[in-house]
Amino acid sequence: MRGAPVSRALAGAAPWLAALLALAILPRLLPDWLGFLLTVAFAKAMVVLGVAVLLRSNLVSFGHGLYFAAGAYTVGFAGKWLHLRDAVLLILGAVVVSGALAAVLGLFLARYRGIFFGMLTLAFSMILYSLLLRLYSLTGGTDGMVTAPPTILGFAPGAAAGRAHYYLTLGCLALALALTRRWLSSPLGYLASAIRDNEIRVEYMGASVRQGIYRTYLLSGVLGGLGGCLVAFSVGHIAPEFSYWTQSGDFVFVTVLGGYASVFAPVMGSVVFELVRNYAYALSPYTWQMSLGGILLLIVLFLPRGLWSLLAPRAPVSNPWTSSSKR
Amino acid sequence: MDTLTLILLDGIAFASWLFLVSAGLTFAYGVLRILNIAHGSLYAVGAYTGATLAGLVLHSGANPLLAYPVLLGAALLVGLALGPLLERGFLRRVYDQDEVITLLLTFAIFLILEDGMKLVWGVSPIIVAEPYALLGQLALGGVTYPLYSFLLTGVAILAGLALWVVIDRTRFGKLITSVIHDREISAALGVNVPRICTVAFTGAAMLAALGGAFTAPMVSVTPGISADVIVLAFAVTVIGGLGNVGGGAIGALLVGLLRATAIQFLPALDLFVVYALMTVILLVRPEGLFGGVEVRRI
Amino acid sequence: MDVVLEAVGLAKTFGAVKAADDLSVRISRGQVVGIVGPNGSGKTTFLNLVTGYLSPARGQIHYLGKEITGLHPRQVTRLGVARSFQVPQLYTSLTVLENMLVALAIRAGRQGDGWRALRTRARLAEARPLLEKFGFGDESGQVVRTLPEGGRKLLDEPTSGVSAADKFRVMDTLIGVIRESGVTSVFVEHDMDVVQRYAERVLVFSEGRIIADDPPGALFADPVVRRHILGEE
Repeated sequence: MRGAPVSRALAGAAPWLAALLALAILPRLLPDWLGFLLTVAFAKAMVVLGVAVLLRSNLVSFGHGLYFAAGAYTVGFAGKWLHLRDAVLLILGAVVVSGALAAVLGLFLARYRGIFFGMLTLAFSMILYSLLLRLYSLTGGTDGMVTAPPTILGFAPGAAAGRAHYYLTLGCLALALALTRRWLSSPLGYLASAIRDNEIRVEYMGASVRQGIYRTYLLSGVLGGLGGCLVAFSVGHIAPEFSYWTQSGDFVFVTVLGGYASVFAPVMGSVVFELVRNYAYALSPYTWQMSLGGILLLIVLFLPRGLWSLLAPRAPVSNPWTSSSKR
Repeated sequence: MDTLTLILLDGIAFASWLFLVSAGLTFAYGVLRILNIAHGSLYAVGAYTGATLAGLVLHSGANPLLAYPVLLGAALLVGLALGPLLERGFLRRVYDQDEVITLLLTFAIFLILEDGMKLVWGVSPIIVAEPYALLGQLALGGVTYPLYSFLLTGVAILAGLALWVVIDRTRFGKLITSVIHDREISAALGVNVPRICTVAFTGAAMLAALGGAFTAPMVSVTPGISADVIVLAFAVTVIGGLGNVGGGAIGALLVGLLRATAIQFLPALDLFVVYALMTVILLVRPEGLFGGVEVRRI
Repeated sequence: MDVVLEAVGLAKTFGAVKAADDLSVRISRGQVVGIVGPNGSGKTTFLNLVTGYLSPARGQIHYLGKEITGLHPRQVTRLGVARSFQVPQLYTSLTVLENMLVALAIRAGRQGDGWRALRTRARLAEARPLLEKFGFGDESGQVVRTLPEGGRKLLDEPTSGVSAADKFRVMDTLIGVIRESGVTSVFVEHDMDVVQRYAERVLVFSEGRIIADDPPGALFADPVVRRHILGEE
């Protein structure tokens, strides 16, 4: 029966299509600042998605700000040096740059696990940070760079830039979610979980753990760059702090907050995070970090089921955490 | 000649500072197996407390030389106040869990302390420069150099020696060493591991605060210094070897000299060289130059 | 009687211990071979050598006529030599069915595919009957971590940790499937009951050498065996 699988697919997708539709018409109903906040949340959700796919293999990237900054500064430099303003070209550029970066760095990182993986990702991101910060003439240093709103299909959005960015980001997010969902249900996606459960078994079955991790890392890098690019569009200002460790820490926080039960979890986590941060800051500028810290503390200490299913429990034999991390 | 002297002086000064801020981190890792992101916050609290108390002493009209022991006292106070609280209250609960969870926990503590400091001390910079200015400058080989840097080096050396004496020469130190090597067997042999962990972490906290307290007169104490410090401390710790205090000292020296050289010739790369070295070590010899406590187990 | 696996003059030492001492053996297609011997006699070392986990200091290993000495375990598996372990080695967060699907996907060389689905109709059609054969048809949708002890062990090294009552049931199913598919299998066992009942050929290891190679019936009549395993003089 040819019709059956199609209708089943539609039934599964229906709630999400509905949500997508609702989100699409939201800008008309919400105040501009909230639309802006959502735009940034959606863009950052892509970076969080990148962290999440790595987390499935028990690998925590403490340096995903690297790709966030790479994507953003690609937009900055392409605008400044190549006078590129077209959104599609810039997005492609960001994807290519972050992909190339991940392709190179992944060669090294795929050999590491646990705390060393985290440290190495941190080191890479801090290298970029130190360059962005100090090479003032190139990057503008702490002042950062201004990124003009891109032209979409030849049109400069002008006054409607906010809404244009909202839809552009939403569209890219939908694409990213679809791709990641596909990846999750592919052999590579399942392999990521298998690697977390039992690396040695994977090798004994005939698959290369290193290759699996490398490909996962490629995906995560590209997602990060895409997010950075879209933030550059909508915020209009990029800074070296994009590659700083606290930014990477935020991404990890949101990943843990939302979980990775499904691809939509990072989106929810990111939106909640931005909303809470915004309101908490407005309420009391000196306690919003504390509130976030408190939430994280509670999750870590008292949500064992939630966190445990995210970060696999210690297995008796081949847990990558109990063995040294370089292969 | 001047350049070389400057590099040596700068390098050693920076190395001393790096050792002070990273010794506690690597020591805590050795005993507790926890990489404490909040270590930078302890440094900052030490800086704030030190600045505040020293400031009080100086404005009370007492002998300005008292400021120095006050700085030391501030550090000990902070360590004693926050060390046991953090270790018993929070760290203890995640000892046998994945490193990611402990990292997240210490990150949460970092966030909380960041705002905690803002609530207590506000966001305006606190500047208590008298202890620094008081010692004046020294002319050395054509270069004038602040004497305070030598004091800092002295403090670092003394702290390092104190740590070494405690670990190597006291009975308590032997217990700590046994816990570092194998917590389970130590417990089985009757060692009071929880108490050792609390004491060790308190010591680490004191060291962090000591670094902060003695740095306070050199800089303006603002929120955000904790974030910069913790990554530098991570870098030095990784370079020397996780858990290896002596290695950390050599690592600090290397980083200090490297940075001083960069500042002389390529100032834009002063931060870059630190993280580049960290990366190289991780790629080539991940256990650190002198090997840490991370033992291969496959 | 074609030879499927051949080891020639394998030697491996760990410090002062000779884990393999001029070890040579031929295993023919379809044989079900049991390996017994005291602890430290080199049984696990032999398996490690054959599956590529260790490299012999001397000697060669041939599989289907092709030399596989020193190959990486991954390569050895790809050539057709599979191994299971003593301690449960499963993907505990995946379901039984997913475990099987992943195994099939890897066997088909699809582990690098990030685009096509794991649960393809073809693969499901392949997996389900396999699970049925091993008695897992009903539990296929269950996450492995939640399975009861005995059920899980069937997919791994057979009887270690399985209760005496379940032991034969587990082995009956496993050996039944193995015999039916003509797979050549070599298993290490400490339980002589199991060896007696299921192996058609038994290799007795001692100090890195094979000291006896008999069918199980003749095993205990072998004087060498009586001396080394049963301790008789």
